[in-house]
Amino acid sequence: MESLYAITTGVLTACGLYLTLRGRTFPVVVGLTLLSYAVNLFLFSMGGLTTNGAAIVDGVADYADPLPQALVLTAIVIGFAMTAFVVILAMRARSEAGNDHVDGRKREVGEERP
Amino acid sequence: MMQHLIALPIVLPLVAGILLLYSRQGETRLKRLVGVFATLLLVVVGIGLVARAAGGEVTYYALGDWQPPFGIVLVLDRLSALMVLLTAVLALGAVVFACAGDDEQGSNFHGLFQWQLMGINGAFLTGDLFNLFVFFEVLLLASYALLLHGGGKARIQAGVHYVVLNLAGSSLFLIAVGVLYGATGTLNMADMAVRLAELPAERAGLVSAGALMLLVVFGLKAAILPLYFWLPRAYAAAPAPVAALFAIMTKVGIYAILRVYSLIFGEQAGPLAALEQPWVWWLSLATLAAAGVGVLAARDLRLLVAYLVLVSVGTLLAGIGMRSPEATAALLYYLVHTTLVTGGLFLLAELIGLQRGKAGTRLVRGRPLRQGGWLAGLFFLGAVAVAGLPPLSGAIGKALVLQAADAGQRLWLWPILLATGLFTLIALSRAGSTLFWRSRGEPGGEPLSRRRWFGVAWLLGASPLLVVLAGPVSDYTRATADQLARPAILIDSLLSTAGDAP
Repeated sequence: MESLYAITTGVLTACGLYLTLRGRTFPVVVGLTLLSYAVNLFLFSMGGLTTNGAAIVDGVADYADPLPQALVLTAIVIGFAMTAFVVILAMRARSEAGNDHVDGRKREVGEERP
Repeated sequence: MMQHLIALPIVLPLVAGILLLYSRQGETRLKRLVGVFATLLLVVVGIGLVARAAGGEVTYYALGDWQPPFGIVLVLDRLSALMVLLTAVLALGAVVFACAGDDEQGSNFHGLFQWQLMGINGAFLTGDLFNLFVFFEVLLLASYALLLHGGGKARIQAGVHYVVLNLAGSSLFLIAVGVLYGATGTLNMADMAVRLAELPAERAGLVSAGALMLLVVFGLKAAILPLYFWLPRAYAAAPAPVAALFAIMTKVGIYAILRVYSLIFGEQAGPLAALEQPWVWWLSLATLAAAGVGVLAARDLRLLVAYLVLVSVGTLLAGIGMRSPEATAALLYYLVHTTLVTGGLFLLAELIGLQRGKAGTRLVRGRPLRQGGWLAGLFFLGAVAVAGLPPLSGAIGKALVLQAADAGQRLWLWPILLATGLFTLIALSRAGSTLFWRSRGEPGGEPLSRRRWFGVAWLLGASPLLVVLAGPVSDYTRATADQLARPAILIDSLLSTAGDAP
């Protein structure tokens, strides 16, 4: 399970990072979303992965760490709000600048259409 | 009541912000009254906190009475008290300035302003690494909205860069916090410091990766060299009172570096102690050099002041990079001076731009100013202070930083810092002579309102005041540096059972 989990997190991070470095606002927003998914998965795993573990009970050896779950909830809420904000901001930038480039510049000659 | 004082810098702006939500449109007078009154109260609370922390005792406030290391705590020591007071003083100048009309260009200025204060104060007071992330997000979300206040193409463009960069930074922050939690099993900073002392050797690599990732995040907030490119455009595009408040935002990053690496990665961390030091030291020198070039190249007064913020960031980081109590004491004195003076210069740039009509703050020939004498006088005061010329506070701060460097560091720091000072001087003299002397036509613009004059005078007046009070202030900063150099004081007062819990 650990390797599958690690590969999933890694692939999500790589995709997110690639999209964040693109020049148009839409891929950037999608990239940030993927990045925050990857971060949430990563945070979730930081207490160690357990299956069928109990919540902390005295004397039980096999238990799940409850703290990362609380942290992930906080991170999800904050990430959701931030994504909503950045989507609106990208739309405003699109309407103000007339194009969706992150620098607000016009398409250069010879550059392909998005 | 007294034990709840520590939570007040967070609760007070929160409540004020919520109250301000009740009337989003209209009732300008009432909203201004609430905003200014809440900020004034914050100054009083800040003075109370400094008075309480000055004795050297570290006190904490356990939220929900969950004792550390399990609960979330707010920690008050000399450093956090100083930062809270500094924020409140800066905010008072900015909010009074905004009451002259800037707050009416968009909706809910005062509410967002209070929430930003809540985030900043929370970041200064928290003793928990994840809570630091949460307060960073609070202050960032408020700052996104404040940066866009009033709208306009330049602001939105700068806003897109600022928001995207900071969101990526937040992801990195979470990863770093996750790594540190996974390696040490705690999020309380004091507890983490204790556990690092008995860290198994195989986890040292994990912890140092997490610690350096945190440095990247704090460096993004503080605007260190490879991560500062968002700053000049964002600060130059922001509305003046917001830009003035943003002068403390880079200092939040500086504070976080100072706090995390002096407390968690202090001497008790063994091989991991001071692992940020070479990075901070060399990058701070590079930041100083780049900022010096930027100051010379700026063709707009607001952009010039934004680069002056970068100069101050470089100087402060050099102080952290030296990692000695003398350097910390020097940088804290410089921090108080530079925050207030650069904040005041942002406000002053707005006043000058208002009276020059179409030329605005661009450094080109324009109309003469109607109240040019007063503005030129204030500009002279601000320029002397920020360039570090005697007799104002910049000279004292800079001399303290220069003196704190040891022989090997002097070789690098002195030429770069002094050259940057010279560049600042050249750029500011050129800007001043263009703005006030190279003019033609009839003087234009309305006379400025008294609130605006108050905002500028309040912040720039801090510089002479800091000279008069140089003795007590530098005594306090030296005591703060001593406290920071001995993290055991904070750790003992938090992790022993006796505390100041409600």
